[in-house]
Amino acid sequence: METLSALLYLVASICFIMALRGLSSPETSRQGNIYGMVGMTIAILTTLASPIVQSYWLIVLGVAIGGAIGYVVAKKIEMTALPQLVAAFHSLVGLAAVFVALAAFYSPEAYGIGSAGAIAKGSLIEMALGAAVGAITFTGSIVAFAKLQGLVTGKPLVFPMQHPLNAALGVLSVLLIVWLVQSNATAAMWLIIIAALALGFLLILPIGGADMPVVISMLNSYSGWAACGIGFTLQNNLLIITGALVGSSGAILSYIMCKGMNRSIFNVILGGFGGEAAGAAAAGGGGGPQGSVKAGSPEDAAYIMKNAQSVIIVPGYGMAVAQAQHALREMADVLKHEGVSVKYAIHPVAGRMPGHMNVLLAEANVPYDEVFELEDINREFGTADVAFVIGANDVTNPAAKTDPSSPIYGMPILDVEKAKTVFFIKRGMAAGYAGVENELFFRPNTMMLFGDAKKVTEEVVKAMDA
Amino acid sequence: MDQTQLTARIAELKANLAALGQQADLLAAQVANAAHPAAEAAGGHGNFFVTGLTVLVLACFVGYYVVWRVTPALHSPLMAVTNAVSSVIIVGALIAAGPAEFGFSKLLGFLAVILASVNIFGGFLVTQRMLSMFKKKGK
Repeated sequence: METLSALLYLVASICFIMALRGLSSPETSRQGNIYGMVGMTIAILTTLASPIVQSYWLIVLGVAIGGAIGYVVAKKIEMTALPQLVAAFHSLVGLAAVFVALAAFYSPEAYGIGSAGAIAKGSLIEMALGAAVGAITFTGSIVAFAKLQGLVTGKPLVFPMQHPLNAALGVLSVLLIVWLVQSNATAAMWLIIIAALALGFLLILPIGGADMPVVISMLNSYSGWAACGIGFTLQNNLLIITGALVGSSGAILSYIMCKGMNRSIFNVILGGFGGEAAGAAAAGGGGGPQGSVKAGSPEDAAYIMKNAQSVIIVPGYGMAVAQAQHALREMADVLKHEGVSVKYAIHPVAGRMPGHMNVLLAEANVPYDEVFELEDINREFGTADVAFVIGANDVTNPAAKTDPSSPIYGMPILDVEKAKTVFFIKRGMAAGYAGVENELFFRPNTMMLFGDAKKVTEEVVKAMDA
Repeated sequence: MDQTQLTARIAELKANLAALGQQADLLAAQVANAAHPAAEAAGGHGNFFVTGLTVLVLACFVGYYVVWRVTPALHSPLMAVTNAVSSVIIVGALIAAGPAEFGFSKLLGFLAVILASVNIFGGFLVTQRMLSMFKKKGK
């Protein structure tokens, strides 16, 4: 029986690997997701069949409640709200890990790791780590959710003694784990969880809104490591394998996001980016703009684009906020009808989570083979007639290439300035997230289209039809 | 006389042998006793830790190579599906919620089952929704 369930857990693990493997291309991805569901079903049924599980009604009730909530939420959620949904889901995994660790602490007999008050030392360490990482994931994700949902300001919240306080909490947690292992004390277990809850809260608070892609990836990774810790407690290879897969996935995504901003992971975690720079820019930027800005009308844009050979669209977070993706696709349809080649260029950190823009464009029925990553399309700006920047700013700023004193220096950017004409849809002249003025606005080949991204795009479409 | 002497010697030898056998048994029992706690320690937790660590490290390598092959366009679905998959923690929750008698652990297990189920259903479904939107040119 035990051998059989171990083998079934192995099958489930392989299903999960196949689920991730499927995502290497959109064609195989749907099949991959099915593998994931099959794996999860096998894992749950195998566990239910084990002799420890004797009463089922509570479990069925729990799955029914949770499943119904999950189903409704997933069906109703707007694709623009995806980042906060994922953050909320991460918090649930974190909290579940805390509960499982506590359950194992209170009735270790069920998990075969000793008896209450006399749990094996190794198990105690694993349990404490699983609970601590879970607790950090829980509160950290809640803060990330609140920031993404706009419940608290997206600006970095910095206060004095922040880093020493976090370090102290970290050290305290380690000491508490030592105490727990020595004494098996219930109080130690609860204090570890409380310290970790506070730590998760404080760690994410100082990180600004536009750094959220890194934060979400990081929390994704944490939720995996929490599962891993619980896997060691339960002596279950499936949990360890899955936790490692999720953990490394999140870690790689964090790395890709950091590289997209040319910042180290520590720089992001320590937080405060954008806030100080914005303050400095506000203080030093009293002298007004560095030149004259050319503002255009939607009619100008429509005329120029209709007569162009090729147009590259650069979407950013502003497009998501304005929900402009559908209007944008209509515009692209009109252009394609006129024989203009239309492509989309996506910067790795555009939006609030990795791949955010791709999903929004896909939602608006943009075929994925028209959407390109930075390194694949950057050379084409030189031959493009029009670069249409909608809701992006810092990722197009040439200062990243030319000005070593700029906070974004060294960040890979989209070379939109090389296009013959650049259209910038922007609500106003405010600086981007990094608090840096974009010199692109003042170039002779740039035309600003002021207004809400969706409205302006709709007006452009109207002008094209006229 | 030889006869009686011989039988006496044989009996003596027999007794010696029996005593030796008894001693050997005693020693074997002692060795077994001494070995038992060690075996328990090795066969119990310490042993799994090494196995688990091996599995962990190998799984990290698998994860590393698989995830680097994921196309950047699908990074959002990747995040949603890993989130769903990490809810496999429900395995631990089921064990906690499983016993026949009610207790604090069972309550914790029940709550964890709810949380993990939200994630499993929500995570896979939202991934499916996202993936169904990715279409090629020409429909």
